[in-house]
Amino acid sequence: MIRDPKDLQRYTPQERANHWVVGISFILLALSGLAFFHPAFYPLSYLFGGGTWARILHPYIGVFMAFFFVLMFLRFHRLNVMTKVDREWLDRVGEMVDGNDHNMPEQGKYNGGQKAMFWASVVCMLLLIVSGVLIWRAQFSPPIGLVRFGAVVHAVAAVAMIALILIHAYAAIWVKGTIRAMWYGTVTRAWARQHHRAWYREVTGK
Amino acid sequence: MALQSLDIKQRSATTTPAPSVRQTTEVAKLIDVSACIGCKACQAACMEWNDIRDEVGINYGVYDNPVDLTAKSWTVMRFAEVEEGGRLQWLIRKDGCMHCADPGCLKACPAPGAIVQYANGVVDFHQENCIGCGYCVTGCPFNVPRISKDDGKAYKCSLCSDRVAVGQAPACAKACPTGAIQYGSKSDMKDYAAKRIGDLKERGFAKAGLYDPAGVGGTHVMYVLHHADRPELYNGLPADPGISPLVSLWKGMAKPLASLALGAVALGSLFHYVMKGPNEVSKESEREAEKEESQ
Repeated sequence: MIRDPKDLQRYTPQERANHWVVGISFILLALSGLAFFHPAFYPLSYLFGGGTWARILHPYIGVFMAFFFVLMFLRFHRLNVMTKVDREWLDRVGEMVDGNDHNMPEQGKYNGGQKAMFWASVVCMLLLIVSGVLIWRAQFSPPIGLVRFGAVVHAVAAVAMIALILIHAYAAIWVKGTIRAMWYGTVTRAWARQHHRAWYREVTGK
Repeated sequence: MALQSLDIKQRSATTTPAPSVRQTTEVAKLIDVSACIGCKACQAACMEWNDIRDEVGINYGVYDNPVDLTAKSWTVMRFAEVEEGGRLQWLIRKDGCMHCADPGCLKACPAPGAIVQYANGVVDFHQENCIGCGYCVTGCPFNVPRISKDDGKAYKCSLCSDRVAVGQAPACAKACPTGAIQYGSKSDMKDYAAKRIGDLKERGFAKAGLYDPAGVGGTHVMYVLHHADRPELYNGLPADPGISPLVSLWKGMAKPLASLALGAVALGSLFHYVMKGPNEVSKESEREAEKEESQ
């Protein structure tokens, strides 16, 4: 369906599907993982059929997510290379958060905050994959010191990742006209002009 | 718990206090290594009473049989040949759960009620609540719990909690032919140990002593060692066991604080939205974009 022929294509169907496969996996992983993180969250394990099922499923969902995360990384990493303008944007992120984005430096397809979020989640995901393998008791039994270290790293990286994704999701809700880019791929010209002026110029030639 | 003898003092993944009005005597098993002859009657009694039959393994050329603790072998005799003062000494240690006062397994366990510590000090695994994650193995300073390949649950010595609950000694203590395994209140066991240690010192073991390591708050399985200054001689019995600082970090205050931080991020977002308003595409942007389109 074409909503408005003048809308700009921001994501291909493949990119969107990839994003949602990763997103759904992440939600399942966060819910099942939190169940083991602190007793307050243990009831979340019932969403998966109980503690034992949550324990069995979590690492497999992790492997699944890791695969699609790598795919997504390959799709988007070139677009997320940090530049001088991005750093300038990040220095002035306070203005943005304050709700006044009109004087922010012009941004390409992604702004400095999005890029920082991309690289931070890459680092977290890498730590989660490696530490996750170390503490996957049903499959592996590395030396106990490594398992203990892995348990700490897994917990720290998971908290960081959940915080990042909360911010990621909130940013999409806060900036109106954004979520549709991930639903059906397009954004309005006005949205692009306001939030990603350099990208807007690039795709429209204006 | 209906039975006073099974009153629970600590329960895994539980943040509220356990019932603690009734006070029960702390019990302990005392293993006098100097009196052990390595007959493995304790191993046999353990499998009999608990109805566990391990796979028949292979002989590795040593007396240890089975060669390690398993989900079906909750106690094993570990034989160490040590040369001391020009004399060969055969140090035989009955290995198994030490029933720590501060149990690393219980601290690490994420499943509510899968690991409990009774008021009498016994640390018991309740497999019906166990999810098989193996965190107890990660938390244990003595490398004791084992995950069963059959059902994915964790197992270890229960100090015969069912026998102890009705005033009986653990099966291993009952079966020991030399009295090397004693059972009773922890204070009685310490008194008994003191006598044995005095005797050993008279017989030339100047460094004889009791193994009741303070690093885990003391244990409810204690050893009388002829060389208490070097417990590592006894097949690597740790000299100063304690819950690993990594496990304490992993299971300590950081987690509730991190949970609060995550809650703060979520609530912070909500209040940001409410107080600053959504970031809409401005009328100006719409006008400008429209103008540029028509150019």
